[in-house]
This record gives sequence, structure tokens and C-alpha cells, in this order.
Amino acid sequence: MFTLRRRTTLTIGTVVMASSLVLGLTACSSGSDSDSVKVGLITKTDSNPYFVKLREAAQAQADKSGAELVALAGAFDGDNEGQVSAIENMVGQGVKGILITPNSSTGVLDAIQNARDAGVIVIALDTATDPEDAVDATFATDNRAAGVSQGAWVKAALGTTAPQVVMLDGTAGGTVDSFRHDGFLEGMGLTNDSPEIVGQENTNGDQTKAQTAMENLIQRAPQTNALYTINEPAAAGAYQAIQSAGKEAQVTIGSIDGSCTGVADVKAGKIGATVMQFPAKMAEQGVDAVVAFAKDGTKPSGFNDTGSQLITDKPVAGLESQDTAWGEQNCWG
Amino acid sequence: MTSGAPATAKPTVASRFNVDSILREPLLGPLAALFIAIIVFSSVSDSFLNPQNVSLILQQSVVVGILAVGQTLIILTSGIDLSIGAVAVFGTIVMAQSAGANGPVVALGSTLLVCMAFGALNGGLVTMLRLPPFIVTLGTFTAIQAATRLLAGSETYRVEEGPLTFLGTSFKIGSFSTTFGVVAMVLVYIVVWYALSQTSWGKHIYAVGGNPQASALSGIKTGRVLFSVYIATGVIAAIAAWAALGRIPNADPNAYQNANLETITAVVIGGTSLFGGRGGVGGTLVGTLIVGVLRNGLTQAGVDSLYQNIATGILVIVAVAVDQFARRRSQ
Repeated sequence: MFTLRRRTTLTIGTVVMASSLVLGLTACSSGSDSDSVKVGLITKTDSNPYFVKLREAAQAQADKSGAELVALAGAFDGDNEGQVSAIENMVGQGVKGILITPNSSTGVLDAIQNARDAGVIVIALDTATDPEDAVDATFATDNRAAGVSQGAWVKAALGTTAPQVVMLDGTAGGTVDSFRHDGFLEGMGLTNDSPEIVGQENTNGDQTKAQTAMENLIQRAPQTNALYTINEPAAAGAYQAIQSAGKEAQVTIGSIDGSCTGVADVKAGKIGATVMQFPAKMAEQGVDAVVAFAKDGTKPSGFNDTGSQLITDKPVAGLESQDTAWGEQNCWG
Repeated sequence: MTSGAPATAKPTVASRFNVDSILREPLLGPLAALFIAIIVFSSVSDSFLNPQNVSLILQQSVVVGILAVGQTLIILTSGIDLSIGAVAVFGTIVMAQSAGANGPVVALGSTLLVCMAFGALNGGLVTMLRLPPFIVTLGTFTAIQAATRLLAGSETYRVEEGPLTFLGTSFKIGSFSTTFGVVAMVLVYIVVWYALSQTSWGKHIYAVGGNPQASALSGIKTGRVLFSVYIATGVIAAIAAWAALGRIPNADPNAYQNANLETITAVVIGGTSLFGGRGGVGGTLVGTLIVGVLRNGLTQAGVDSLYQNIATGILVIVAVAVDQFARRRSQ
């Protein structure tokens, strides 16, 4: 009897495991019908609201066109292995096309090539691959143009004041990061070597890291009056630091993204202006392209700009912009 | 494959199928879990057991699977290595950079040396300064990750096809296509399994992990054994770095950020005790495969990947609970 009870405890583990598997499989298996077109979506992570929006839009578009969406993601920003595994598993599942926001522009090229060799079309969303023609087509924001918009607005908002610029970048060497950074400088009429740049720090687009970076930079360069941020979380973190230093009236903050939180920060006057991107458009156009390919073999090609929009309540002459009311209507997240 | 139990008499499972013998055979639980998972997945998905998919599961397990061998060695000595993934990623950058300058042989050699040096650093701090492995490797993990980004200048390096990507090359056994990376993983497991179960070095590792005081009294040079385990783990990290470039011919300083935790998961699910001295690489191989099967199978079945993490988490808790229970029984 005694022994029997012990044995039961031991096998509970296996039973829990088995039952959770079976439950999981029966409860959340998407009732796949084998005739519908399968579309794969692989995002960088599944925790960032931007990618959640991308996924929701892809799901809605797939439902509308009677396709089936298989969505996977890397575990963290930079998880190439996770994305390669996802590509392999999707090809094994017989998807017609894969939409991917690559974690690294070069890290997943071989897996993409293998998928294309197997007759699957691959479309990059949001982030281009390097070289760009490693995929059939790209649907993304022209990040350089978005950076130019941010820079041009900050320059105009400063007016005749000589700029003292701090740049809060994402990760060094990131594709999107470089485009936005260079675009901003172009919009400001500066270069990387300009003496007007008084500080630069990488934040990984993370609010906490951005706050720490800005706290330190404002100590070093108290005269800062213009701030470039890679995204709105970085801007929010920087604003926190600037406000603590009592300099919120002195620093003009620009940003990029167009999340609903970011638009609210523009409305509240924390961020001067942001440049909105349209992840839903990328996902919708991507799904449509795969469905079209499944129907009659037409392939999309090249770089397709899904556009960006300057959002601010302080419009400047000569720059087209929308106010935060419009921004709230069209934001993501 | 036994779990390389130390010099005690091997339990016979057949004689009396009682709890004690089950508990002394830590492989049984993980193997049962693996078979249940395989049965469940093959019943819900037709493509799960086809050779191509099995080959994929193996390929996807290679890098973490190799690193988990090193983690097993450390955990057997009742230590833990949080830096193992970071060491391997540092190795990929060294390999990619020196390949461009000095060719593949020098690249492989210098990677091996660098990874062994990191192993020596961890081992030295643990044995000579008597610091806890958890804290030592937490420190080296943080520093090595930063050093990797400095060394790489936050760039990624694409590697030419050739010796450095050799472990990514496919070949066929009959109609079954797999990569040399899978072969390398199996070889690493066999070599370490042999060392653990058939050599005095292996027996000393179990002894030092199970009871360091008693081992020292019985004349085992515990410091030397510990140090050698950290060096061996460095060698294994270098092999994992080579395998990583085979799988993705791109050295990326941001890759494999969770590898340290994934290896611990594989080792624990495989039945090796975190308290040292109990378990072995056989279990770790099974643990690695369980994680790989779960990920691939749930994907095939169209289940959100987050459920895979929940299932893995439950498994870790169950495995540790079983281990605790076994320890209490044996005391």
C-alpha cells in the first residue's frame, strides 16, 4: 500500500505532462481545414505591442480572405535561431508564403533561401533583409524618410536657436536604427561629425535604459535642447529624466512609431512630434500578396513603402502634419 | 545507456519493480515523458513522424544540446553555469573575425583557446577563491556578453561557406537527410557519457558533486576535478560555437541570449539533480529532445508557441519535485 502511494506520486508528473499536452492540443488547435491557404507570420518577438498589432491585422486579413494564419515569433530581439526554426517548421507545415520581420538582416538568409527553394514565397515586413532581394518583396516603412520627417520638424521647432542635439539610438548597427538615425541627421542638416551633437547613447528602444542614459547625458550636456529618439518608449524614458532635471521647457523631443501610448505622450506635450508607421498596412498587404500568389502564382516584388505620417499639435510651416486627434484614430497598440 | 551511476551496484529494474529502483534510474521519468509527447503529437499530426520533420527537430536541438552537455558536467559538481551561452557566442565572433584574417584552421584553434580561457576563468574563481559558481558565472556572463558586443562592434559577421560552416552540411543516411552538426552533437554526448561512466575522472566528478568533504578525505583532489570540469565545459562551448555557425552562418552578438537557461532546463528535465552527484548526459539528451519535440510538435499542431513555454515550465517543476522526492527517499 505504502509503496503503491509513492509510485502514484511519481507518475503524477507524467500524467500532468500528458494531460496538459492533450488539453492544449484539443483546446487550442485551430480547426484547420486543409483546403485553405496557409500564411506564415514570424515576428521578432511576441511581447512588443507593435508586433501584436501586426499579428492582429494579419489575422483579421486572413480571416477576411479565408486563409489560415500560422503565427510564430523569436523569443527576444536578436533571436535568429528561433526565427530559423520557425521558418523550417512552417515550410514543413506547407505554408504558401511566409511574412517575416527579421531579427537580423543577415541572420536568417539561408533559411529564407531554403524556404524559397521549396516554393514558398517570403516577404519581409517592417525590416528589410540585406541584400534586399533575399526575399521576394518587402513591405515596410521607409525608415530613412521617417527619420528625415522627425529631424526636419525638430529643426523647424528650434527655429533660430543653435541646436545642441542628443541622440538616443536603438542598437548599434541595426538596419532600421541606422536608417532612422541618418534620416534624422539629414532632416536636421547635420552629419555624424557635427559639433552640434553633444551626446549619443544606445537604449535598445527600452524605456528604463533610455531614462538612465538621458539622466547621465543631461549631467554631461546641460545645454541640450534637441533630442532624437529611436522610438516612443525611449522618448518616454528620456522625458522622465529631462523632467526630473527641470529642463522639459528647454528640450524639444522628436520620436518615431505612432503607438497609441506615443500619440498620448504627444498630446500631453511630453513628446513634441512623432512619426507614425502603419504596421497594420504591412500585414494586410503581406497577407494579400500570399493569397494572390496561392490563387494564380503572381509574385510581389521590390520595396513597397507603407508610408509614414508626422503627428504633432505644434505644426510648422512647410511640413505636412496631422494632429493628435487624427493620431488617436490611426494609432496602433 | 545508463546514467553513469557511481561505483555502487547497478539497480536491476526487472527484479522488483518498486519505487526505489525507479528513483535510482533517473532516466525513466524523462524517457516516459518523451515517449508520451511523441505518441500524442504523432496521433494529432500526420507529418510529425516523417523523416524530414524528425531531422528538423534534431537540427534545431544541436546548439543548445551541445551546450547542455557542458551544463550537465557543471551541475553534476553541484555548480551551475550561467555564462555558457555567452562564451559560445563570444566564440562565434572570434571565429568569424579571425577566419577573415587568418583562415579557418587558426579561427577554430583560437576559438577553442578563448573558450577554454573563459572556462579557466570560471573554474579558477570557483576553485581558488572558493566563490559560489552561480555568482561567478553571473558575473562572467554579464561581462562576456558586453565584451562580445565590444569585440563585434555590434556588427554581425557573415561567414563564408567552408570549414566553419561544415557542421551545417547535410548528408544522407539512406533516405534520411541530416547534418554533420547532429553527428557532432551525438559524438559529444557519447564521449562525455563514456568519460563519466567509464573513467576515474567521471567517478570523481560524481563523488565531488555528491559529497565534496568525503571525496577530499578519500584523497580525491577536489579542486583539480572541479577546475577540469570548467575547462571541459569551455571546450564544449567552442564546439557549440562551431555548430552555431553551421546552423546560421552569421556571427551575431545578440544571438542565443537564453541559451544558459535553456541548457539548465534540458539538464533538469533530463533528471540530473541540481544538488550534484546524480544524473548524467543520457538524461540531458532526452531533456533536450523533449524541449525540441514540444516546440516542433506544438507548432505543427497549430498551438500558440507560448503554450510550449508553459508546458516546459511545468516539466521543470515536476522534474525538480521528482528529484527532491528521490533524495528524501534515499536519505
